[in-house]
Amino acid sequence: MRQAITNFMQAKIFWPLVALVLLLLINFIIIPGFFHITVKNGHLFGSLIDILNRVIPLLVIAIGMTLVIAMEGIDISVGSVLAITAAAAAALIDTTSVPIAIVLALVIGLICGLWNGILVAYFEIQPMIATLILMTVGRGIAQLITGGQILTINNEAYGYVGKGFLLGLPFAIYIGAAVFVITLLLKKKTALGLFLESIGSNMASSKFAGVQPKKIILIVYMISGICAAIAGILVSSNVSSADANNAGLWIELDAILAVVIGGTSMRGGRFYLGGTVIGALFIQTLSTTIYSMGIKPEITMVIKAIVVISVCLMQSEEFRKLVKQTPLKKKVSEA
Amino acid sequence: MKQSRIRINENNIIIVATLLLFVLLYGYGSISFTGFFSMQVFLNLFIDNAYLIIVATGMAFVIITGGIDLSVASFVAFVSMLAASLLQHGVHAYLVILMILVMGILFGAGQGYLIYRFQLHPWIVTLAGMFFARGLCYLINTESIEITDNTFIVLSDLKVYVVGENYLSLGAAISLVFVAIAMYISKYTRFGRNVYAIGGNVNSAKLMGLPVNKTTILVYTLSGFSSALGGFVFTIYMQSGYALHVMGMEMDAIAACVIGGILLTGGVGYLIGPTLGVLSMGIIQTIIMFQGTLSSWWTKIAIGFLLFLFILLQRLIVIKRGKRKVQSLSEPSILPEKAGQHATIS
Repeated sequence: MRQAITNFMQAKIFWPLVALVLLLLINFIIIPGFFHITVKNGHLFGSLIDILNRVIPLLVIAIGMTLVIAMEGIDISVGSVLAITAAAAAALIDTTSVPIAIVLALVIGLICGLWNGILVAYFEIQPMIATLILMTVGRGIAQLITGGQILTINNEAYGYVGKGFLLGLPFAIYIGAAVFVITLLLKKKTALGLFLESIGSNMASSKFAGVQPKKIILIVYMISGICAAIAGILVSSNVSSADANNAGLWIELDAILAVVIGGTSMRGGRFYLGGTVIGALFIQTLSTTIYSMGIKPEITMVIKAIVVISVCLMQSEEFRKLVKQTPLKKKVSEA
Repeated sequence: MKQSRIRINENNIIIVATLLLFVLLYGYGSISFTGFFSMQVFLNLFIDNAYLIIVATGMAFVIITGGIDLSVASFVAFVSMLAASLLQHGVHAYLVILMILVMGILFGAGQGYLIYRFQLHPWIVTLAGMFFARGLCYLINTESIEITDNTFIVLSDLKVYVVGENYLSLGAAISLVFVAIAMYISKYTRFGRNVYAIGGNVNSAKLMGLPVNKTTILVYTLSGFSSALGGFVFTIYMQSGYALHVMGMEMDAIAACVIGGILLTGGVGYLIGPTLGVLSMGIIQTIIMFQGTLSSWWTKIAIGFLLFLFILLQRLIVIKRGKRKVQSLSEPSILPEKAGQHATIS
């Protein structure tokens, strides 16, 4: 039993989980009715449901980002891809049917991912720089599609994706869960997970072992692009509009944070999809907490910065050593 | 001797390409639009982009060590906000300027300390720094604050006459002096050499006994200082403080470094590069402005395309280098240490 507990404490998911539970506890004490869930018109309502609903775009992107970071890459273009797909979906919805618009938006996300993947895998450009290109150009392309305006969407079927309810829960939650389960299956049931971790740990040796890094890199960036497209559809459907400038602004940073908080190292190797989910939930809960505690929403970013640094410090070996050493040194000097 | 000649070409090629591009764009603008070919249009490039030149030059040091600083844009906004707010409360203008610069140094040093002491990823630390600075802006005020202080207005109207009637603003003059100092530091000081050595290979720099920790912290301190100085220049240019100023400018600064030939893998680049990068980006903007019918988002697309071309060029150079390294393994006499390589170039 003790062994199990220490094992659990050493697991990467332990600290983010502790942070999330702590945050929920604070909410439980400070905000009355935080865990209260009511049923209105057959739909579930409450702060927890709200958090689950709002976190989905971030969660979907963060899952794609986890795979990219696992192989020592990074994709900072997701916010722009989100804006492009949102704009494209909004522009297409007037002329075509909803399913075609959604499929085309996904294809656009795929193409964006393909572009990133080709630059990283075949031109061997550093991932951050390669995706920087699409990040800069992406917002321009999105503005090109929308003509510099905010497109509004008046389509009930399309609105269902981001605002609808299924069996009492928001439909977006099902999409988020589906993305998570599919990625988890890809990791556990196919060789992809293994290949990713091997590429992230050592590209050269995995090449010698017969893994084809270029193909895998291409596939992973394409997955990340599709994830961004899904998030784009969700966001545009939820707010019934596509804003080329502000849709998904800074979501790439939040997604990277979610991944890092979840215990996946920026240096690649082992990756933790469950940790990413916790990380994303943590970020969203933090924002919701700040709003519902009545603190000025402006302070969110400052708190986020402090929390991020603290979580990263906790994960840093150097910092743990420092903390562990201090009482030890005292003992030595006392003796 | 022949070897070093080849190396000069390889290191210079991006700078030369950027310069060529700038001349071509300027030539195109001069032919296409009347009034484009004037001294003042050229000087306006410096006046409008002075803050970006300063910030990008500071960023270049960080990139040469192989790091990155994402907090610069937020810090520029924070500086504009802080200055405007302090002036509103009647603090003396010169005291405000001093405070801003000291804060920049402290902020940068803090980030550098976290990155080096705890081996945190510069991305994460400076990302947090970015959130922190932007958040502080909102805390000061969510609205835009206008600056009505006399000293600041005088400073913003200050003109440095260059040729006849053509002038530079105070900010532009500061940026040029800053770039000159940065170039001197990078070439002729111990700190500058250390920066290149760390970017070339951290481990060999450590083994050579170079002060890696001190240099890392100093580099981020320098970047913090340059964003504070850039923020000051920006504030006297805009005459207001606003939390939403210069959104996403950190990417412009990185792009300027890339276009100016600072290799993002670290260890390579000239400090004049970022300035040329900023000017190239500025002239694209000017051309689109003169053109009149193209919308502003074409600037982003054009700059992105430019970025793509220059990144490909960088990539080609790195591939070429890799090939030479393989060749030189058979002839150990010309195995160049990366740091030494640069010493010979300059």
